[in-house]
Amino acid sequence: MKNFSLIRISIWVYLALFFSYLLGPLVIMSVTAFNSPGFPRAAPWECLTFEWFSALFQDQRILNGIKNSILVGLGTVTLSVSMGLAGALMLTQIWPKLRATYYTIIIAPILIPGVVIGISTLVFWDRVNRMFGLEADSFLSNGLFLTIIGQSTFIASYCMLVLVARLQRYDNSLTEAALDLGATHAQTFRKVLLPFMRPAIASAAVLAFLASFENYNTTTFTFGEYPTLTIELAQKVRYGITPAISALAFIIVVLTVFAALANEANIRRKELVTAARKSATVEELESGKIRLPGFLSSNTAAVVLVVVAMMTIAVVGTAAVYSPAQCIADVREQKRLETDLKVQELRQRRAEDAARRAAEQGEQEPAAETAPKPSNNSGFGGVFAPGALQDGGPEEPKEGPVKPANNSGFGSVFDPNALQSN
Amino acid sequence: MPRFLKEYFNRNGLGLGSVMLGLVLFWTVGLIILPQLSMLDFSFRPNLPPPEIGGPKDLYTLENYKYLVFGPEGGSQSYNAVDLRVFYRTLIAAVFVTIFNLILCYPIAYYLAQTKGNHIRVLALMLIIPYWINEILRAFALRIIFGESGVLNNVLVGMGVFDTPFDFIRNDIALYAGLGYAYILLMIFPIYNVIESLDRNQIEAARDMGASWPRIHWRVVIPYAKPGISSGCTMVFMLSAGALAAPQILGGPSSLWFTQLIYQQFNDNSDWPQGAAYAVVLLVTCILLVLALMRLFKVNMGDIGK
Repeated sequence: MKNFSLIRISIWVYLALFFSYLLGPLVIMSVTAFNSPGFPRAAPWECLTFEWFSALFQDQRILNGIKNSILVGLGTVTLSVSMGLAGALMLTQIWPKLRATYYTIIIAPILIPGVVIGISTLVFWDRVNRMFGLEADSFLSNGLFLTIIGQSTFIASYCMLVLVARLQRYDNSLTEAALDLGATHAQTFRKVLLPFMRPAIASAAVLAFLASFENYNTTTFTFGEYPTLTIELAQKVRYGITPAISALAFIIVVLTVFAALANEANIRRKELVTAARKSATVEELESGKIRLPGFLSSNTAAVVLVVVAMMTIAVVGTAAVYSPAQCIADVREQKRLETDLKVQELRQRRAEDAARRAAEQGEQEPAAETAPKPSNNSGFGGVFAPGALQDGGPEEPKEGPVKPANNSGFGSVFDPNALQSN
Repeated sequence: MPRFLKEYFNRNGLGLGSVMLGLVLFWTVGLIILPQLSMLDFSFRPNLPPPEIGGPKDLYTLENYKYLVFGPEGGSQSYNAVDLRVFYRTLIAAVFVTIFNLILCYPIAYYLAQTKGNHIRVLALMLIIPYWINEILRAFALRIIFGESGVLNNVLVGMGVFDTPFDFIRNDIALYAGLGYAYILLMIFPIYNVIESLDRNQIEAARDMGASWPRIHWRVVIPYAKPGISSGCTMVFMLSAGALAAPQILGGPSSLWFTQLIYQQFNDNSDWPQGAAYAVVLLVTCILLVLALMRLFKVNMGDIGK
């Protein structure tokens, strides 16, 4: 029994470690979106601020990137879902000897590195463009077109996999029945096959949109004049990171959590409804008086969803009225004091060095002994020595700029003179 | 019209059949086969300004491949040591990332697949959520953690493990952690799918016969999960060897990933044929490696992507 509990504990420890590796970075990144320093960091915590969100919404490049991403996403979803569906249908009826080859070809784009797909798309369409004798700014070398084409190459394979899984459960006699009853092929496709495939098509479309939205490797070669959000993000992250990116990440995390919870709540709700229908008596069903379970009852996902939604509303409400100006000013003051202290320390160290050098020289040349004395003074009085302030007095005429720093270095934040003296 | 085409159109109708055929042909030929061939062709050509393309100077040459092996003509070294080292390092690092991911994910996949209960759904949800977040943002999150004044350094210095902040980025630890992080789900999912269909009685039987836990895994679970494991490893290996975002964001200033060389050839040197040649080398090497490993472990292509 002891051995068993040991295994249990180690499993839980492993799970905890694993999920902190998986989720920890996202949590920390989200926290940095609310911290005021200009470099994203979670500690030391300075001020709660929402300014990075407004900075984000004022960033034209990000907004433009979102617009382009949506355009590319819509194009990619349309093209890759239809190609994926055609590919899946073809897989079910292709000549058996060709089947393995065909499957390898349409599955290969998943394994080909995205960089290679981007390059081959760029090179190929550039050549087609030249073959038709078109200019360099023609439709075929347009960034939007190239990106959609490049992304669809491999996203269609994902769609195909999703659609094939559903298609395998399709009963072909349904099509035959429809045809026997006089429907045309197009009608059969639209009225029999498509409704059957709808759930799979929906999930393929969502998958395709997400894959398109977050694609970087292929898009980075093809985007041309249409940088997508991911491209803009990558450029920002590569050349200097700000918490505004964390703010965007936080929004995406929240949206993702929402979508996941909503999906989960929906699934659970359907399960509960089915269970209620099963346990209901015939009279209840016939009279239509069946008591369906409430939205929140025994549905953890729905409860969490509502809680998260309320929290979001609360946070947005706080953001609208909250102003971190006072806190930021305090922190800035604090920092200025620290910097002053450091500057002063540095000066003293420098003076100390100079003194030592002078003293060394002085030993060799006794004539130069007059100079080091005052700086010697400050050199040995440490910053924290209480005597330093008094010693600063005689220094004053010689090292003018040190004085205010001295003053504020020791004067507390509450000293009203500290501000004026600078 | 050949017989199979006639049958095909009989079955699908003329209109629908041609739309389907057109889409499939456009995808397979126009988007997959021709671009790859075109890239291959392009990699054998010299880098010419646009007006001269197709002109008398546009002859096939091995120059671009020679460059990878021997470096610029008349260079000081007899081999292109820089690029070759990057290439070699990329492959080795991708292999290590794959192994690391496999070791990390196998217990999780096994646990998720063989345990019943409501908390499994929650765990699965927690697995999938990070995967919906943009790749760039995930790399960015790790950069915040591994940076010089990042959380990890704060904690380690605070605990007294290091005296001064450790440069995770320059030492490539951030890069490996980031690559491993990015593809966790792609490793877990195939393994999970396979193990889920493993009959629990087999494990019980092995245990009744007195097999120890490691032995059960080694002799029962792993052989059964082999298609899933190889499929996950293939995907993780290909994706990390072909990764571009993580090395750009998390890589140290001195370390390059092979894809970054390709990127530089295209965007900074505008030497497309050279970049295409590098891309071909990367693609062919990765495919050969994967095929060799699949042969070694006796797995079929059809198992991939299941």
